[in-house]
Amino acid sequence: MSHAAPVDWRSSPAVRIGLSVSAATGLYGISFGALSVAAGLTFWQTVALSALMFTGGSQFAFIGVVSGGGAGASALGAATLLGVRNAVYGMSMNALVRPRGWRRLLAAHVTIDESNAAASSQTHPVEERRGFWTAGLGVFVLWNLFTVLGALLGNALGDPARWGLDGAAVAAFLGLLWPRLSAREPVAVAVVCGLVTALTIPVLPAGLPILVAAVVAAFLGRSRGTGSAGAASGAACRPGAKEAGA
Amino acid sequence: MSLWFWVLGACALAYALKLVGYLVPDRVLDDPRVGRMAGTVTVGLLAALVVMNAFGSGQALVLDARLGALLVAGIALVLRAPFLVVVVLGAVAAAVLRLLGAP
Repeated sequence: MSHAAPVDWRSSPAVRIGLSVSAATGLYGISFGALSVAAGLTFWQTVALSALMFTGGSQFAFIGVVSGGGAGASALGAATLLGVRNAVYGMSMNALVRPRGWRRLLAAHVTIDESNAAASSQTHPVEERRGFWTAGLGVFVLWNLFTVLGALLGNALGDPARWGLDGAAVAAFLGLLWPRLSAREPVAVAVVCGLVTALTIPVLPAGLPILVAAVVAAFLGRSRGTGSAGAASGAACRPGAKEAGA
Repeated sequence: MSLWFWVLGACALAYALKLVGYLVPDRVLDDPRVGRMAGTVTVGLLAALVVMNAFGSGQALVLDARLGALLVAGIALVLRAPFLVVVVLGAVAAAVLRLLGAP
């Protein structure tokens, strides 16, 4: 269980990565804060989302649905579906970081894209742990600080459309999507779901098109695994193909 | 119902999802389908949010200054601009287009 640290924490590459990720991500909390009050949430609702939900994609989704006139239930649905990936991160972080007792409850709260990435980028168990905690806690502190700043700024700006804040929201969602379009499959999923959204906006109540797109996306992800009979039976024919153990 | 209800409910669910990863036995989430679906749902939802925020206006699809923001943000991302720069450029594009008389 106990491994000797490869290097002192001050010269640890994982801590350095964690800190730079914290600075970069924390800073854009300012855009979340400003867009959230522009979407119609109060200052305290905005602060609550960053402190308690603390997962950027879901927070943007929540305010994105609210600003589009969607019901609170749709905003909750979209935010929750976007948070499903955190469960997957939680499982791999549980294996890498192995937090015990109350640290496990804290680790869960700071399980996000960035802490998962910082830990996964390391190979030594001590460095994995340092990367996770530095990025997780670092992003938490800065993200909340800059959310407050953005919310105060957004309140001071007044009419959001005049300052192009609706354009900023569009750019923010494209910026969140972009890094995930690294292969042909996610691009195809994005195009299909974008089209589904455009086709359903005129016929469904606001907020629902987002959830329909999510269901379509889940179906696409599922059918890749079980869909073609060939793939399913192929896997059954090769029992050794699935990695054993771990 | 008050928006506070949905804010706090969504926060509780977000935390529950994170915690689930630490509590369920490995093999449940080890199913490659779960990981793949979490990935495609994330991409699909973000794509849907891009379309809704760029073209949606209640129950109508409209073309306005936000289309300019989308194009400028896309160009900035191709040129590898950092996230915050992309967001600011999106705002500038929409604001400038409105100054020029775009809806």
